[in-house]
Amino acid sequence: MSLRTRLGSAREALGTRLAGVRGRDEVDAATWDKLEEALILADVGVATSTALLARVRERAGADGVSDGADVVDLLKAEIIGRLDGVDRSLSERASPSVWLFVGVNGVGKTTTIGRLGHLRVSAGRSVVFAAGDTYRAAAVDQLVLWAGRAGATVVRGAEGADPSSVVFDAIEHAAAQGADLVLADTAGRVHTRRNLMDELAKVRRVAEKGAGSVTETLLVLDATTGQNGLVQARQFTEAADVTGLVLTKLDGSARGGIVLAVEGELGIPVKFVGVGEGLDDLVPFDPGDFVDALFEMGE
Amino acid sequence: MFENLTNRFEGILRNIRGKGRLGADEVEEVLREIRVALLDADVHLGVVRTLQDRIRERALGEELSGVLNPGQQVVRIVLEELTGILGGATMPITFASKPPTVVLLAGLQGSGKTTASAKLALWFKAKGRNPLLVGADLARPAAVEQLRTLAERIDVPVFSQPGDPVSVAAAGLVEARRLGRDVLICDTAGRLAIDDHLMAEVAQIAGVLEPHYTFFVLDAMTGQDAVNVAGAFHQRLELDAVVLTKLDGDSRGGAALSVSQVVGRPIAFASTGEALEDLEPFHPGRLASRILGMGDIETLIEKAEETFEAEQAEAAAARMLEGTFTLDDFLEQLRQIRSMGPVGDVMQMVPGMGQQVRDVEAELDEHRIDRIEGIIHSMTPDERTDPDVIDGSRRARIAAGSGTQVSEVSRLVRQFREMRTVMKQMGGSGSKGRGRGPKRGRKGKRQGGGGRTTPRGPVKVPKEGLALPGLGGDDRVGGLDPGVFGRGPPRSQG
Repeated sequence: MSLRTRLGSAREALGTRLAGVRGRDEVDAATWDKLEEALILADVGVATSTALLARVRERAGADGVSDGADVVDLLKAEIIGRLDGVDRSLSERASPSVWLFVGVNGVGKTTTIGRLGHLRVSAGRSVVFAAGDTYRAAAVDQLVLWAGRAGATVVRGAEGADPSSVVFDAIEHAAAQGADLVLADTAGRVHTRRNLMDELAKVRRVAEKGAGSVTETLLVLDATTGQNGLVQARQFTEAADVTGLVLTKLDGSARGGIVLAVEGELGIPVKFVGVGEGLDDLVPFDPGDFVDALFEMGE
Repeated sequence: MFENLTNRFEGILRNIRGKGRLGADEVEEVLREIRVALLDADVHLGVVRTLQDRIRERALGEELSGVLNPGQQVVRIVLEELTGILGGATMPITFASKPPTVVLLAGLQGSGKTTASAKLALWFKAKGRNPLLVGADLARPAAVEQLRTLAERIDVPVFSQPGDPVSVAAAGLVEARRLGRDVLICDTAGRLAIDDHLMAEVAQIAGVLEPHYTFFVLDAMTGQDAVNVAGAFHQRLELDAVVLTKLDGDSRGGAALSVSQVVGRPIAFASTGEALEDLEPFHPGRLASRILGMGDIETLIEKAEETFEAEQAEAAAARMLEGTFTLDDFLEQLRQIRSMGPVGDVMQMVPGMGQQVRDVEAELDEHRIDRIEGIIHSMTPDERTDPDVIDGSRRARIAAGSGTQVSEVSRLVRQFREMRTVMKQMGGSGSKGRGRGPKRGRKGKRQGGGGRTTPRGPVKVPKEGLALPGLGGDDRVGGLDPGVFGRGPPRSQG
């Protein structure tokens, strides 16, 4: 099932807005206003929207485009062009490879680990979950439940334990068992809390000290996040060297346009997308599907 | 909170302030800037337009002819419009004549409902009530477990049972009555606004509970979609107010404005940290003035008045500016600041502190303040009055006495000395070159009954000038507004 089909119910508003542009046989100020409006309402942000539209205007002028539908297609092509050709695979080059999951509170880190673990177990990998969220009450219990569903094992510490040591132990355990992959959970943290960001940097450092190697640090970003997502990405990258994004909750009415800014400005690729609550509702990010889902529903 | 908005408006208005009049072109320029600032802060596009129209109308209308300069008037207009949207006053919470008072929380996944439930329970408990938490989130793995763990920390009972959430709510209400609990707080599963089935379920829960307060829990980092979601929840649940979570980060809050405007409901509470105590009734007027870069003066003054011994502070301020400020004075200031609440919170309220506070906050954790207190306590009265007498052997003694390192003692003394020098310089130049001209200065003096020597309003201090003694990196700690330490509360007239 394509992302677009899965996201169908959430996309009417934006689709209708662009349908209005498509139906017009001339391109005027109102056209550009509507396009900007659509981008901003999708949380793409003023700066990125302005840059995108400036480029599309330029191309529309050069190509002599005078039709609303063609301008929409140019905009889509422009966005897809920026997203295409990026490596979105998740690296497993170490043994064991460690994927670290970071992000603010409530974005869906634990759930993402459950589902990504399920995907890797289904692909024949042996997977260990590191219960590095030692702060949130019952976070470990939640991870244990997901591990049961996914077919992974869990290494846990005591509540309030040092997350670095829990993650380290999990990696050592995985190495001893000959496991392929460690998915390490961390507590949600607001990126302005420097002590917590330092703690995260330490988890990242310590994870390299044992038998494995951190091959991915994935920032989990909630699709409802607004412009603050860019700040989050910057801060988490500074602390833990983020290698990719997982965009969650895209099955709601939010469109996750902020990832265009994050990818464009920071060069951090979106790797996976969460589109539901089930075990299978995590899919690789596909630029074409994403842009289609962003623009065409309801037409 | 709201720092980016604050910064943007500060930038914009710095440019307008110098001008004598504001023409139609300038109004449009300002409106464009305001538009970008608001959109960057995640205010919904529709709300931004409404605001722009209102501000334009008022700015161009006859109101722009008063005593204030145009810049000030625009600030006032924008401030009033923002306050209007956020609602004028703090939402009062009253209690049902026939207990329990029922509170229902609903919202998207990850917005912070479970934590907010526990925080609310603690808030009610602090009001002398006896809350019961009802865990009706049976969807998220271990959600009830999380609620129980949090509830245990604050010693509040939890009711939950397997089955379906609607019967849990119903049974919870019976349980509250049986136990004689006078407040019931019901946590629910996160759900998408477009999920008809789950939206119908939460409406059923509301039907069973007939809540006195239905709170929509909103993540302060939410973007443009906030209004759609809040609108959908409002349609099903008739929301009474918003609980705004994760407000301890940086650029958030546009969503709060938008939701208030679109749903027409106030923000009742704001959550400003991870600890369970970090939930406060929301003060819309104060927040609006912060959005405009005016600083949360009102709150700062109020907190200061509650805490400061006016005479003492005035005297310390005077000594500070004379350069005879002692480590005892400093210790006293530290104590007073701590009694005002977490240092970071206090700093947030100072005008112009938005940007710097993040750096400072990290350095100002309470443990380090403990260490500073320890060091000062290990000094003799002479040493506190005149730190210049502290030589190598005294440093070693002080370090041993306070369980710290000699280098920490040296750093505290050195930074204190630097701070005192800067203070002295500021005291000497206090009446010229700062503030916005003589008008403010005179006004300040009158109100301060002669005690005030610095002008009111933002005082920018050179970054390197005012590192807080002992609080770490000379390079990282931003300039502290001397007002935090040196300025007593403004005295009321007469």
